[in-house]
Amino acid sequence: MTNSWTDIANSDLVVVMGGQAGDAHPVGFKWVLEARSRRKARLIVVDPRFNRTAAVADLHVPIRPGTDIAWLGGLINHLVSHDKIQHEYVTAYTSAPYLIKQGYGFKDGLFTGYIEGKRAYDMANWDYELDAQGHVKADPTLQHPRCVFQLMKAHYARYTPEMVERITGSPRDKLMTAWSWIAETARPDKVMTALYAVGWTQHTVGTQNIRTMAMVQLLLGNVGMAGGGVNALRGHSNIQGLTDLGLLSNLIPGYLTLPSEHEPDFATYMKSRGFKPLRPGQLSYWQNYKKFFVSFQKAMWGKAATAANDFAYDHLPKLDVVYDLLRIFNMMHKGEVNGYICQGFNPLQAAPNKAKISTALAKLKFLVVMDPLTTETASFWENHGEYNAVDPAKIKTEVFRLPTNCFAEEEGALVNSGRWLQWHWKGAEPPGEAKTDIAIMAALHLRLRELYKKEGGAFPDPIVDLNWPYIHPESPSPEELAKEINGSALEDVVDPKNPNKKLLTKGRQLNLFLELRDDGKTACGCWIYSGSFTEKGNMMAQREVSDPSGLGVFPQWAWSWPANRRILYNRASCDPDGRPWDPKRMLIEWNGTKWAGFDVPDFPPLSKPSAGMGPFIMLPEGTARLFARGFLKDGPFPEHYEPFEAPIANLLHPKVNSNPAARVFKSDLAVFGKPSEFPYVGTTYRVTELFHFWAKHALINAILQPQQFVELSEDLAKKKGIMAGDWVKVRSNRGQLRAVAVVTKRLKPLKVDGKTIEVVGLPFHWGFTGLTKKGYPSNVLTPFVGDANAETPEFKAFLVDIEKTTAPAV
Amino acid sequence: MASLQSLDIKRRSATTLPAPDVRVGHEEEVAKLIDVGRCIGCKACQAACLEWNDLRGEVGTNTGSIQNPPDLTANTWTLMRFTEIEEDGKVEWLIRKDGCMHCADPGCLEACPAPGAIVQYANGVVDFISENCIGCGYCIKGCPFNIPRLSRTDGRAYKCSLCSDRVAVGLEPACAKACPTQAISFGSKPDMLELASLRVEGLKERGYKKAGLYDAPGVGGTHVLYVLQRADRPELYQGLPKDPKISPLVSFWKGLAKPVGLGVIGLGVLAGFFHYVTVGPDTVEEEDERAAERDMAERRGR
Amino acid sequence: MGFMPISRRDFFRLGGAGVSLSTLSALGFAPEAALAEVRAFKLERTTETRNTCPYCSVACGVILYGLGDKAKNAPSSIIHIEGDPDHPVSRGTLCPKGAGLIDFIHAPTRLLYPEYRAPGAKEWKRVSWDWALDRVARLLKEDRDKNFIAKNRDGTTVNRWVSTGFLAASASSNETGWITYKVMRSLGILAFDNQARV
Repeated sequence: MTNSWTDIANSDLVVVMGGQAGDAHPVGFKWVLEARSRRKARLIVVDPRFNRTAAVADLHVPIRPGTDIAWLGGLINHLVSHDKIQHEYVTAYTSAPYLIKQGYGFKDGLFTGYIEGKRAYDMANWDYELDAQGHVKADPTLQHPRCVFQLMKAHYARYTPEMVERITGSPRDKLMTAWSWIAETARPDKVMTALYAVGWTQHTVGTQNIRTMAMVQLLLGNVGMAGGGVNALRGHSNIQGLTDLGLLSNLIPGYLTLPSEHEPDFATYMKSRGFKPLRPGQLSYWQNYKKFFVSFQKAMWGKAATAANDFAYDHLPKLDVVYDLLRIFNMMHKGEVNGYICQGFNPLQAAPNKAKISTALAKLKFLVVMDPLTTETASFWENHGEYNAVDPAKIKTEVFRLPTNCFAEEEGALVNSGRWLQWHWKGAEPPGEAKTDIAIMAALHLRLRELYKKEGGAFPDPIVDLNWPYIHPESPSPEELAKEINGSALEDVVDPKNPNKKLLTKGRQLNLFLELRDDGKTACGCWIYSGSFTEKGNMMAQREVSDPSGLGVFPQWAWSWPANRRILYNRASCDPDGRPWDPKRMLIEWNGTKWAGFDVPDFPPLSKPSAGMGPFIMLPEGTARLFARGFLKDGPFPEHYEPFEAPIANLLHPKVNSNPAARVFKSDLAVFGKPSEFPYVGTTYRVTELFHFWAKHALINAILQPQQFVELSEDLAKKKGIMAGDWVKVRSNRGQLRAVAVVTKRLKPLKVDGKTIEVVGLPFHWGFTGLTKKGYPSNVLTPFVGDANAETPEFKAFLVDIEKTTAPAV
Repeated sequence: MASLQSLDIKRRSATTLPAPDVRVGHEEEVAKLIDVGRCIGCKACQAACLEWNDLRGEVGTNTGSIQNPPDLTANTWTLMRFTEIEEDGKVEWLIRKDGCMHCADPGCLEACPAPGAIVQYANGVVDFISENCIGCGYCIKGCPFNIPRLSRTDGRAYKCSLCSDRVAVGLEPACAKACPTQAISFGSKPDMLELASLRVEGLKERGYKKAGLYDAPGVGGTHVLYVLQRADRPELYQGLPKDPKISPLVSFWKGLAKPVGLGVIGLGVLAGFFHYVTVGPDTVEEEDERAAERDMAERRGR
Repeated sequence: MGFMPISRRDFFRLGGAGVSLSTLSALGFAPEAALAEVRAFKLERTTETRNTCPYCSVACGVILYGLGDKAKNAPSSIIHIEGDPDHPVSRGTLCPKGAGLIDFIHAPTRLLYPEYRAPGAKEWKRVSWDWALDRVARLLKEDRDKNFIAKNRDGTTVNRWVSTGFLAASASSNETGWITYKVMRSLGILAFDNQARV
């Protein structure tokens, strides 16, 4: 989230699209209804289904799964052609005026630079034209034919309301009502918020779905504003924290990146990081990259990381490719992976194409599952009849099932989608012999360290050097780890201008990442969390409920990264002169001497408005990118591509049907279904009563939603002779499932390019463990193909067939 | 009698002994307001009810609806009832939290023959005191909303207590606390009526011209109130009665029982009546109702 | 008493139609003493602990109500969970998942001890922690030593290990995440992912 849950109450218009805020996040959704109570805010739900969120909406606009970019691209066209943009914001705070290189272009569904055989682009020309000083050239009148604004306008001119209706199936009247409501928020005193979740990410154009809405919000001047922003509702309780902490193939905590094998040494690595400003006088915050990186290396390897060895640069693995979930399971399927550890994660249910995942797991030599509960993954080798038809005797994988504590039996911090780090306390001991994940990780490390010390082996250095300063090495305390993440001074540092002034004292916790150093005198696990556990104590445990702003800022409740800032880009909530666009929504302002207000300014506090620094200080140009220069793999402007399994060809460019840069493996291309055989669009989603494959273990929740079902329209039911409560079989080209039919008025056939398209709804919670009736995970159906940028699988749009069947044998 | 009472009792089933009334009129009546216009049917209320009241039914099956369990049971004291309607091409999803209405004039209490099995507290809560329940099921017949259910394991009748144990110590009912969208509110009845009028106004502004309050005058008003988008047609919400009244059968039974007292009711003349009451209202035919009314009229005439 | 006490005989008559036997067992009760008491408030002497709902990223505040007062001889057990009214986002409310959390903690499917499934075996076998951890550490080392890539084909130092992978939990704490990161990255693991991907 750019903003926070409580901030939603400041909105005039809430657009829920690419997620189902009411269904999946009911408690956060209360702030939508609060906005209605407080300021008569309206709610638009754009979703294939009339869901629980739509039940209280002012407008529900149905949409065909996988066509959000067409819908939002049409909206951009509408805003630009009706002059419903916030001009001053767009000119000053976005890349609209910047000139793009001559070589950039877009034709017949492809941007310039496509390399056919590699499913990839050469992005060299997707960039700004720079002047002699290395600054970007701009045309503040927005008239230059190569300025971002004109290129964007031309790109989306194709997305006429007629075309959008044909592609998306959204009825024209509803479409136009939604667009006109949205357009009203171009006024500085009207703000819209956008709420999304995996309904946008789980597409082969996932990242671009989100980007399109970000562009809309920038054109409307709604980013940085209270009540505005682009807000990822996110999934699990600490998905934000684990991402912040870099538990992904290519990341280092705090959104630093692991070196690639083309960066053999530290100097080369730093060359492509720490970007120089592209505008005069601009702060480009990543210029501090080296401080963050070196402090991280010191947290990892302590004394073994020295200036002489480039701070143990070689202790880090170097990437050849990104080993995301899809790639690792593809490798496993080919027999290239021997060991796998699943910590509280159930990939047999969660990764696409269960048949492939199951075969892949059976090729492992060993599988370790750490979990508080039984999981399908740990039991992948068990035969559960039609729900898991495997032969245990044939599966040679050694499996370890290690019991862990649950939330109530530990203390520590979780990061919510509003970036709040909230500490929680332990209420009871774990049951039986269950251990904390921390203790299990420590035990594995201490054993490996001992083995490598004793026996040697492949490159033992990063293991034996790993910094392990904990009082009880076998059970580090959450406080010790939290302090390590925050960072501390390793040596005294005196002010070079005043030798009597001590800047840092050895052994003291750091106050903030501003104190980090690139000389090895500070250590910090995750720079964006620096400030969360200082000498003042555990800031994440703050519980002060006052809100002087009246805008839901709650500055002393828990701690928000970065720097306890609650609303990102809040400098953009003021005009270039430093006055709030809307005085009633004042977060910060220039008070004549500094930036101050209710939130921590996302800006150098003493930078005068007249200095003209752009508000987006994490980017070297200081302005938000309507044109993603050389950053996203599938194009600088979002373009509508059909899902890999789609009921119609791409109406904009039939030859380039689907995302030409999406992640797809050859063997999986073969198992995409055709609309002739699988005429209906399948889409997966959560129900409110259950959480993933987890809450089905809780009896109360099993009672509330006891058995797997699929949703279909009355029309489709009639056509197929299906009645509510009948058993149905849903097939894709990868597998099939059997479930109970819920026939509903809330799903309607869509008119798409003159054809009638039916959507089959597939809630995905059931499996062969837990207290609900046994069922199928929906990934028996889903395709193994991922987003071009985030490699997230396309769970939200694929092709299926449905027919009536009989009840399973009990 | 008062030693173990944690709430003042206004009325007690099958009891003619007047309740202590020195505090009457000075104790605040409470109410739960259910604003259907804000309900997303998340079932948090249902979950919180099971959790607080230590109730767990069976893990059932899906019967073609997301409404689960399909009906109230002895251990499902509240239930989200989901209704889809479509008029003029516009789909609406009406989601009503069903459960005891805590009537000012409770038909269950009227009908109950077991002394002290049903009580009404001064704050308006109607509570089943399970220890005293004899499992006759008359309360089911007496209820104009078809709420109480007999347990298959202990034969006693159960229903929502408005979390009388929480309310007694100054807390809100579990469902009201949990509700994420403020579709359920809890407070004094005047405050809830005030809030209801604001909510009705809000719905009207949003185009629900027929929005209104449901406070069932036929049972003297209730301590569970609804704000409905379609207050003109409450029956749309899975059969919420338009004008609920206590069945004439109950008045008939009371008319008989009061003067003669409980001791003499074991007369064969009432045996058939007992039988059909106990097997539940679903089996009550229109003809039976009319027969009872005729019978009652005759007796009055005598 | 102002009403006629119900007699045993009447009771049987009343029960005649559809009242179960268990009700008849209630005959011991004395109608004269029919007490009308609300159920005892079950949280009167429980210990409260502040926590956060582990399901979704709204991260609602919850209060765990534990049996006992945390005295040495009374290990706590959570008997009830409800929303924390102070929490600025949730304000005491919960969704059906949060409201049912007690049944996650006490789920019959919670794992209680380490278990091992041998190649081709049809069932789990209970093992000791030491045995399990020793074995896992040995398997990790064997695979790492065999498949660790110190240099790529061009001779560049890459120090990576890609024949073993790790999937991290997205409901575990930051502190768990950090120690997991340290331990796994120090091994040179690149096949490292979490639920943010799906």
